[in-house]
Amino acid sequence: MARQGKQEILEGATAVAHAVARCRPEVVAAYPITPQTHISEELSTIVADGELDAEFVKVESEFGAASVVLGASAAGVRAYTATSSQGLMLMAEVLWNMAGMRLPVVLACANRSVSAPLSIWCDHQDAESIRDCGVIQIYAEDAQEACDQHVIAFKVAEDRRVLLPVMVNLDGFLLTHVFEPVELPDQAITDKFLGKYEAAFKLDIDNPMSFGCFTEPDKCMEGRWMIHDAALRSLGVIEEVSANFLKAFGRNAGGHLEEYKSKDADTILIAKGSICGTIKDVIDQARDKGRKVGLVRIKTFRPFPRAALLAALRGAKQIAVIEKGGSFGAGGVVTPEVKEVLYDAGLHIPVSGFCVQIGGREVPADGIAEIIERVSKGEKQTAYEWFRLKKELLPDLVPND
Amino acid sequence: MSPKLSMDKLSVGCVAMPGGSLVYKTGAWRSMRPVFKHAACIGCRACELVCPEGCVFENPQEKHVLVSSKEKSPGEKKREIANRDFDPDYCKGCGMCANECPVKDIDMVPEVK
Repeated sequence: MARQGKQEILEGATAVAHAVARCRPEVVAAYPITPQTHISEELSTIVADGELDAEFVKVESEFGAASVVLGASAAGVRAYTATSSQGLMLMAEVLWNMAGMRLPVVLACANRSVSAPLSIWCDHQDAESIRDCGVIQIYAEDAQEACDQHVIAFKVAEDRRVLLPVMVNLDGFLLTHVFEPVELPDQAITDKFLGKYEAAFKLDIDNPMSFGCFTEPDKCMEGRWMIHDAALRSLGVIEEVSANFLKAFGRNAGGHLEEYKSKDADTILIAKGSICGTIKDVIDQARDKGRKVGLVRIKTFRPFPRAALLAALRGAKQIAVIEKGGSFGAGGVVTPEVKEVLYDAGLHIPVSGFCVQIGGREVPADGIAEIIERVSKGEKQTAYEWFRLKKELLPDLVPND
Repeated sequence: MSPKLSMDKLSVGCVAMPGGSLVYKTGAWRSMRPVFKHAACIGCRACELVCPEGCVFENPQEKHVLVSSKEKSPGEKKREIANRDFDPDYCKGCGMCANECPVKDIDMVPEVK
């Protein structure tokens, strides 16, 4: 099964661009935005060099980029875009339309903080703030996984049981700009794995039709329900496609979760993205000291893998969710969803939420170790803590207080 | 191969064939209704042209007689002009026809039962 191809040292974004090219999209449209730019830049080079037979559409904005790939997908071809942060915000309206029109566009989000204050560095608030639109969201831990997840993304998106856009999330700079050994998906295997995209419906002048049509209140709810239903159904398809990917390529890139030393763990950390690399190192150190600590890494965030999470968390005594985002005025984004899974199963395991690495602030290994230490000691559950907030930087928030 | 589209059921992606509006009647949105008075109408068709729904039409079966008000042309014939009317299944009562009518032969009245 496992085949060892050629590994190259590639920048994450460049590697992703080549992986995408091997999926043979016929239309690519993107607008530059840090830290995504290298993906679309490299893809435009690949197209210009004649290595990929695709139309690269240069657009005036991310709204234009998303609209072009929406139209291309509706016309029946495989289409791809990539963006980040503000660009994703500008795409938001179109993404809702893509999901509602059930168009299997694949896009990458190089996760970056959303203004203001202006920050180009990584957190997950861009992607999390569009979590409800019906776009499937998967998260990569390293450059290899980001490449492989693109192949999986096209396969899942185009599956007739799904037909939803899929967004591959890779941490801005931490993954887009890092140089790592990467084995690009083999062209022949990728061709066989994906096949040619055949649209269920497509724009055709000889057989005209309209997409995302007007519905009055007597039908709209059912139209929206179908998105929810397809997203839930995609959980099974993601498992199936990931298993087939493992068979075809010999790498385990997909699935809902990665369970790292968590089977017998008393304390389980939950996180997604590249921070899991640091967390795994800290867990290894803690394990050396005899601590029963583990990590459950969320790879599929939308749809939320409730059943898999419940099975993975059932045995925990305490849980810490490491978030790189949150919902202002409420708290965490992942933390409450984890609690919901446990509550619905009648489990009362304390779950603490920690907001770290906002706007790219590094959380070093000792920060993760501190969280493990505090939670393992049975410290009272915190709903959502802004971890290591520098209070000395804050002005007097309430005058005369 | 595309699955068959039907007018009665939703399709994946809410894709529809042309002609969907024939079963999707939108006239119930209307709060004002045009009244075509069939008196001063000169048959210029401005109402037909400006209607954004394309639901003002000529009814050749019903005509009205236009009497010229200009006394200085005594020899002028009385002209028969086909009536214009609107399709209540689609008219949304926007009033553009009444606004554009050069002889003010269309009134907008509240739609009441």
